[in-house]
Amino acid sequence: MIRLKKFSYWYPASEQPALDRISFEIPEGQFLGIVGANGAGKSTLCYALSGFVPHFYNGELEGELSFDGTPIVELDLGKLAGQVGLVFQNSFNQISGARFTVREEIAFGLENLGLPRAEMKSRIEEALELVNIQELAERSPFSVSGGQQQRIAIASILAMQPRVLVLDEPTSQLDPEGTRDVFAALSKLVSTRKITVIIAEHKLEWLATFCDRVVALAGGKLRAEGSPQEVLSSEQMLRLGVGRTQYSEAAARLVRSKQLPVTLEQARKALR
Amino acid sequence: MKLGVKNVSFRYPSGVLALDDVSLEVPSGQVLGILGENGAGKTTLVKLFNGLLRPSQGQVHIGDWNTAEHSTAALAARVGFLFQNPDDQLFERTVAREVAYGPRNQGVSESEVQRRVQAALSLVGLQHEADSHPYDLPQPQRKLLALAATIAMQTPILVLDEPTIGQDEVGRKAIGRIVSKLHTMGRTLIMITHDVDFCAQHAQRILVMLKGKVHADGTASSILAQTKTLDQAQVAPPQLVRLAQALKMPAAPLTVEDFVDEYKQWRKKRKK
Repeated sequence: MIRLKKFSYWYPASEQPALDRISFEIPEGQFLGIVGANGAGKSTLCYALSGFVPHFYNGELEGELSFDGTPIVELDLGKLAGQVGLVFQNSFNQISGARFTVREEIAFGLENLGLPRAEMKSRIEEALELVNIQELAERSPFSVSGGQQQRIAIASILAMQPRVLVLDEPTSQLDPEGTRDVFAALSKLVSTRKITVIIAEHKLEWLATFCDRVVALAGGKLRAEGSPQEVLSSEQMLRLGVGRTQYSEAAARLVRSKQLPVTLEQARKALR
Repeated sequence: MKLGVKNVSFRYPSGVLALDDVSLEVPSGQVLGILGENGAGKTTLVKLFNGLLRPSQGQVHIGDWNTAEHSTAALAARVGFLFQNPDDQLFERTVAREVAYGPRNQGVSESEVQRRVQAALSLVGLQHEADSHPYDLPQPQRKLLALAATIAMQTPILVLDEPTIGQDEVGRKAIGRIVSKLHTMGRTLIMITHDVDFCAQHAQRILVMLKGKVHADGTASSILAQTKTLDQAQVAPPQLVRLAQALKMPAAPLTVEDFVDEYKQWRKKRKK
């Protein structure tokens, strides 16, 4: 269980908080989506939920952020790395540059965990399969396309088998098939292994289809939280610069409903 | 300025055949969207336009120039290129210097350079950031800066590689307005994107690539309605097309306004 209570964070030398008195809880095994316009605080929240704030990024903290009751400031980043995985927005920042092949790149984190060889091998194969990049295993992580590199970054974190997986716009460079693969793989991990997945994304249709719950940020503040349909169909999303799916936009002009549809299936039912 | 690709193939030194006998004509002033899965050959194709890559076979013509006879530097005056990752093309100390770099290298007078810098920064909404360091801007704004730098070159052809990556709804709309503006100015625009809804709204023509070949080519409205063709190339149709098909409507509308009109007519007919 992750708990934030009036949690604020200021980057060094910044007068404005990047996160401003945020309170909410993330139960174990939840698939949580984070939405917000650029600059809303999504990436900073991802850094905080993975311990990079305050252990890598300095700055000022106020309020509470705890993992299973232990305040984040008391946890060390090395230990957290075995529990919480962060997939960076820009996969280029994540690839170690110290390994020659994709397989070795995925092994890098596992070597640092000191896992036995057999265990490493099975985790690598599983991670390659989960994001469908088996054919890239012997390629250099730098000789692939942006989308493929993004899948490698995701695979290298999945192989670590964290209890909590935080992903900052992990599918920005992926084609629709790749995006579906990643969301489906994450969903499977949530249902079969009860891991907690926290994902910041602009692709609203996918969040609406897969997430249990969505939170919306603006100006570092929590502005909305609830079911994907509740949050993503609201007019507030237009004001916050998040936008809405085309399904919601079309339905808003055609039907009177308390809650607009946000997915294809919901729209089909509302308009049939 | 028109662009022609004739029987072009391209093989990377690794042996991968990225383009296989591609032919294509893009008339002056057209907005072309290129769709296709990761690794389909989209980026390889557009890198041939400004000489970043040279065809293994076939010819590329930019206006009356055969690219084989001109340097990349010379081609840069005809084809502007917005990279997928803006950090691949930003290196100056300030936003204004970054935008001025291209025209200054073209030998444009200083007063004209300043005029172009102001015009390009205003167009992308970064006029108040002229003295900022490019890397003090968040990534979505760096993408807009790279776009401004490309626009300031005043090339008749512009290639935009994934222009909406990482942009929120406000950013997507801003880029849409910029594309429309450049189109009214008579520029030829070639956009590579996975953002099929953006393509539906802004491209006149769509080229779908699959395994290094042209899989489909036609007007946006005709191509985006061909779900089977798109499926084969792992391209998801726009949300509104999928919704129209789920409802078994006969049309394939690309904008919310068109969807609403078509839906009302369809409902009327059904009632009769």
